[in-house]
Amino acid sequence: MNPKDVVITGIGVVSSLGLGVDAHWQALTGAAPKPVLDGERFAPYTIHPLPEVDWSTQIPKRGDQRQMETWQRLGTYTAGLALDDAGMKDDEALCASMDMVVAAGGGERDVDVDQDILDTSLTRNDHDVLLNEKLTTELRPTLFLAQLSNLLAGNISIVHKVTGSSRTFMGEEGAGVSAIETAAARIRSGQSSHLLVGAAFQTEHPDMLLAYELGRHLQRGGWSPLWQRRPEEGGGVITGSGAAFLVLEAREHAEERGRTAYAAVGPVASGRARRGGDGLQEALEEMVGGLLDGDAPVLAISGASGAHAVTKAEKAALDARGHVAARGFSSLTGHMKEAQFPFAMALAALAVHHGKAYPAFAEGELPFEAAPSAALATAVGYNCFEGMGLVVKA
Amino acid sequence: MKTTDSFGRPLVAVTGMGVVTSLGQGKDENWTALTSGRSGIHPITRFPTSHLATTIAGTVDFLPESRRGASPLTYALADLAAEEAVGEAGLPAADFGGPLFLAAPPVEIDWHHRLRLYAQSQRAGDWRSLIEAAREADEAELFDESQFATIADRMAEKYGTRGLPITLSTACASGATAIQLGIEAIRRGECDRALAVGSDGSATAEALIRFSLLSALTTHNEVPEKASKPFSKDRSGFVLAEGSGAMVLESLESALARGAEILGIMRGCGEKADDFHRTRSKPDGSPAIAAVRAALSDAGMSEDEIEYINAHGTSTPENDKMEHLSLSTVFGERMREIPISSNKSMIGHTLSAAGAVEAVFSIMTMRKGVIPPTINYENPDPAIELDVVPNVKRDADVATVLSNSFGFGGQNTCLVMAREAG
Repeated sequence: MNPKDVVITGIGVVSSLGLGVDAHWQALTGAAPKPVLDGERFAPYTIHPLPEVDWSTQIPKRGDQRQMETWQRLGTYTAGLALDDAGMKDDEALCASMDMVVAAGGGERDVDVDQDILDTSLTRNDHDVLLNEKLTTELRPTLFLAQLSNLLAGNISIVHKVTGSSRTFMGEEGAGVSAIETAAARIRSGQSSHLLVGAAFQTEHPDMLLAYELGRHLQRGGWSPLWQRRPEEGGGVITGSGAAFLVLEAREHAEERGRTAYAAVGPVASGRARRGGDGLQEALEEMVGGLLDGDAPVLAISGASGAHAVTKAEKAALDARGHVAARGFSSLTGHMKEAQFPFAMALAALAVHHGKAYPAFAEGELPFEAAPSAALATAVGYNCFEGMGLVVKA
Repeated sequence: MKTTDSFGRPLVAVTGMGVVTSLGQGKDENWTALTSGRSGIHPITRFPTSHLATTIAGTVDFLPESRRGASPLTYALADLAAEEAVGEAGLPAADFGGPLFLAAPPVEIDWHHRLRLYAQSQRAGDWRSLIEAAREADEAELFDESQFATIADRMAEKYGTRGLPITLSTACASGATAIQLGIEAIRRGECDRALAVGSDGSATAEALIRFSLLSALTTHNEVPEKASKPFSKDRSGFVLAEGSGAMVLESLESALARGAEILGIMRGCGEKADDFHRTRSKPDGSPAIAAVRAALSDAGMSEDEIEYINAHGTSTPENDKMEHLSLSTVFGERMREIPISSNKSMIGHTLSAAGAVEAVFSIMTMRKGVIPPTINYENPDPAIELDVVPNVKRDADVATVLSNSFGFGGQNTCLVMAREAG
């Protein structure tokens, strides 16, 4: 026990499975967890859609809601859940001194304006002039900010008054890994006492699917469980809308204000392994070895994306260690890009907190009957970068 | 020499720097231009400017990548600045051995690629055609451009930086945040050195239009080199610009041990977020004031010890007024006497790169004993009483600098630098 240990005192999670920690714990520990799917709206792609959200419960001002596209709204809402859960929501002093690291995507463009430009471009050759013409007249002035990466953090400052500091990391899953890793390191070293960290991803927008499909990463043949996806059906990734935010605190900070923590953040590791060949698998094996002592059975909350080679490498690395009961939550939530690692850490914390493992999320996942005293969280980027963290009892 | 600060933390030295702006490539070219009061702002030729309210910019047009889109240019700029910095630091070119922190703009797929893909699609009038065409085309380069991690990944590969490289965006404060992350990592003892880079090559037509729609840009197009006039009464918006700045940050102890030349010391950094509005700052300036004070306190210095301020100085009516208010609050009466100048009067606003570019110029200011001027200062704003080092460079013995960076989304980051460790 160290006063600078990093403890998790607040969790906000949203996915197709529901809103908040209780809804997720219920959905994921039920007899046979089932995915919520929409195969129509973005066919041939299946997605896990957002549940119905009453934004006003966390973003009371309509004016604020209007200034954000769905991704920012989702992140701001989920950050609010985490602050509420930590008992900090209405504590002005705590929020004003609270640091923040957000892993962000962005780019929710105006689909109608873009389509109009694309269609008109077929009838004209002066494309650059066309762009000037259309963009100057059709773009909503506020859209720029409503889709801009660092404005998720900006909106969290405005709506929830978190103003100690505000940093936005970019870069898909790796940004989520770095956000958590940096946040924990700052608390351990005394550079921060309490910190809000997390990410959101809103897949229900053509540009979000386009970014994956430029690299042929999406599955096109309907839903199948994470570990059973086949190359005949596309790239293996099925996406979902969702978000995860954590309130991290120094142990002494949480104790001083009398808060019980869900769990503590143990070591977090990240890397940039060469992809291709066995490089990734070897790097992941080494990472697991660095985080886990001994060979006792362990529960792993895996953020595996479903991308074939990478998911296979992660599975092989976990299997090689022996006695790893992996729970690939993307089977049930879809891949949430920047939010994968924060989400994995959140689910790991819940399992440690309840002293109970999740049942298998999909075929082929080993049973885990004991009460977990620790859980491993993973996020291996579908394209690059990887990270893991150990969540332990507070 | 003492290698820790008054808080017992490792002192962080700068041992290498690199810079590219519209004024040129490298520190020498830039310094010559800056100190002769030359502007890099010019009419836009990269794309047609019909229908645009603003037709000038500080784009970097002299690189092979200048017309290849925002992502390739942002990489090229980052690469050139990093190469200069790592070279100056005397570190191996491909085995840096510390982490990379890259400030870069969130870049979307270039319009030219979108249009090309759509033209080769079924053209069925909805987004499905575009996605299907993208899948059919299967162009690795296009996919890479759509991923925010790509530029840092390539930089990490080339320079042999350690671990997972961090790409960040705190809007117009990004460059300063990259440096701050490096300082913090060294102070935590995670590494002996870090490479902090801010790069922005995103001056596309759409970027210009977006800022224009927010009324952030000046429309004084007639004499481009006179359009950016920070702290002037007739300032009317910033000039969109491109550039990059890179710094090799190193624990002073490790720098001395390997006999590296110490270019300057990063004494402190501070930040404070603003919860008032997405683009405007709180009317009382309290967040910017808090950021300046946090940087001073982190540096273990009092306000009396700052000898020069490298202003954020964007030339927007709002920024310059608020920056003056904040600084006057912190420095009091003395603020009339502290020289403060804005590099943006010559290079425009390099957005994600600005904090890093201006940190490089701040260190050079101390080393050369010359303060670059605020040009185009012909019509002072009577409400802003500052010594802006008007129009002509000034010889001055400067041992400490405060550099400000403020951005949309309530971002406020300040750096305090010193010439010497002691």
